[in-house]
Amino acid sequence: MSLLEHTPSAAQLRRTAYRRRQTVRSVLVAASSTAALGTLLVLAVTGAPGWDRVRESFLDPSIARDALPAVLAGLWLNVRLLVCCAAGALLLGLLIALLRTLRGPVFFPVRALAAGYTYTFRGLPLIIVLYVLTLGVPGLRLQGMPPVLVLGGLALVLTYGGYLAEVFRAGIESIHPSQLAAARSLGLTYRQTMRHVVLPQAVRRVAPPLLNDVVALQKDVGLVSLAGPIDAVRAAQIATAETFNYTPYILAGVLFVLLAIPLIAVTDWVTLRSARRQSGG
Amino acid sequence: MPVLTCRGLRKEFGGHMVLDGLDLTVDEHQVVALIGASGSGKSTLLRCVNLLEELDDGSIELDGEEISDPRVDPDLVRRRIGMVFQSYNLFPHLTVLENITLAPRRVHRRARAEADAQARELLDRVGLGAKADAYPDRLSGGQQQRVAIVRALANSPRLMLLDEVTSALDPELVGEVLTMIRDLKADGMTMVLATHEMGFAREVADQVCFLDGGRVVEAGPPAQVLGEPTQPRTRQFLSRIIEAGRL
Ligand SMILES: Nc1ncnc2c1ncn2[C@@H]1O[C@H](COP(=O)(O)OP(=O)(O)O)[C@@H](O)[C@H]1O
Ligand SMILES: [Mg+2]
Repeated sequence: MSLLEHTPSAAQLRRTAYRRRQTVRSVLVAASSTAALGTLLVLAVTGAPGWDRVRESFLDPSIARDALPAVLAGLWLNVRLLVCCAAGALLLGLLIALLRTLRGPVFFPVRALAAGYTYTFRGLPLIIVLYVLTLGVPGLRLQGMPPVLVLGGLALVLTYGGYLAEVFRAGIESIHPSQLAAARSLGLTYRQTMRHVVLPQAVRRVAPPLLNDVVALQKDVGLVSLAGPIDAVRAAQIATAETFNYTPYILAGVLFVLLAIPLIAVTDWVTLRSARRQSGG
Repeated sequence: MPVLTCRGLRKEFGGHMVLDGLDLTVDEHQVVALIGASGSGKSTLLRCVNLLEELDDGSIELDGEEISDPRVDPDLVRRRIGMVFQSYNLFPHLTVLENITLAPRRVHRRARAEADAQARELLDRVGLGAKADAYPDRLSGGQQQRVAIVRALANSPRLMLLDEVTSALDPELVGEVLTMIRDLKADGMTMVLATHEMGFAREVADQVCFLDGGRVVEAGPPAQVLGEPTQPRTRQFLSRIIEAGRL
């Protein structure tokens, strides 16, 4: 009430006016420096001696149009793989992280296996896991062998599961022991404490790094094409080989970025929100 | 039969004997105040009773049952004991109502509607009904601690353990929490409370126990222990408290 009826003093009015002038000035400075830099860049690139040849071999609209259906079909594979592998890797990572928190001698082998898994798959290059699973395993000629695409997806899940397990574990360990004490003192079992008290807080806390790894996974799912299936980049490569023109690669790159933008935007939003929650107390 | 009997409790942390043959008996409807210097083992004792710490020796009986027996399921024991911590320890991702109904729903498998109704009634009784759907970080320290007490009460415990529940509070918020403990006593709740509030101990406790060197050095009615202590160490402790202006 009193705040609404309050008439600002002359000094406050001067301060407000000054701040407004400062804001206008910084917006103008930012806009003009951006325009100047942009103009310089465009002039430098289009004015370069080889610009016309680069434009022909990298930015040819008709070739882009011809390659679009194949690249899009490849991209659809990327999307499907991303969704399945991200879900699989998140589940596996969570499971491994939980196994590593189990205490007591009975669980020693489980703990050791889980630890061995994270050490191995974080150290092993993805390409090697891919080759072993998609080329080596079918060589066994076992009955009911899953298709190469599934094996490739499995390689991605195994590799990223190792990273995500460590992120989940860091989150679980960041929860203060007093939270566990409070839950146990209420009579909750260890499992109930994990399920209702520790994990909800831990997952919220590590959501930004988890999503960051999913963004990285989005770029890596295409590697299954090394084993045969055609993803967006492989489709672009095929189109390039047919036309001797690199435009399909640029097209695939642009599509990848467009695909990543929503995911990255969500990641930034979650990061911002969690930072605000933590500083807000 | 006493509600709680501790015999010869021993607990060490890395060679430092925190509890060294401690004995304590708490009768039904009795309020026992634990006093003693910081580091004298008050929190450790309460945590041992709630089986949050493993004993190095001695035994604890709750209603005549030895709960320090390793074959006893600690989860079943903790359901019969309510504990309130110095730093409240509310679950920050749950609303006030969800904090309170967590144990009734998950531990006692009550239906949600029933647990909610019970929690709202408890909250109303302590004047926090309007805060049921707020998150803990929207509450003052005093309100958070009162919610923590309600959360412990929702299990209908036999015994309440209160560990310096007002130490983290601004002075003007201490009163509302102490009032709640007074009401609990009036309802006949059996309680063990570690406290620095000597005035409150004098008013609410039936028995005051002074801890020093891992044992109960002096125990008795508050007027005696706080007014005419017989042990030199108790006198020393109380004179320091008086110097600090807290008696
Ligand atoms: N988990 C622990 N690990 C190591 N030392 C501990 C632990 N808990 C308590 N202590 C030690 O035990 C002693 C008693 O602590 P505490 O029971 O908290 O005393 P009080 O509550 O009376 O202040 C202190 O010296 C403390 O450092
Ligand atoms: Mg303490």
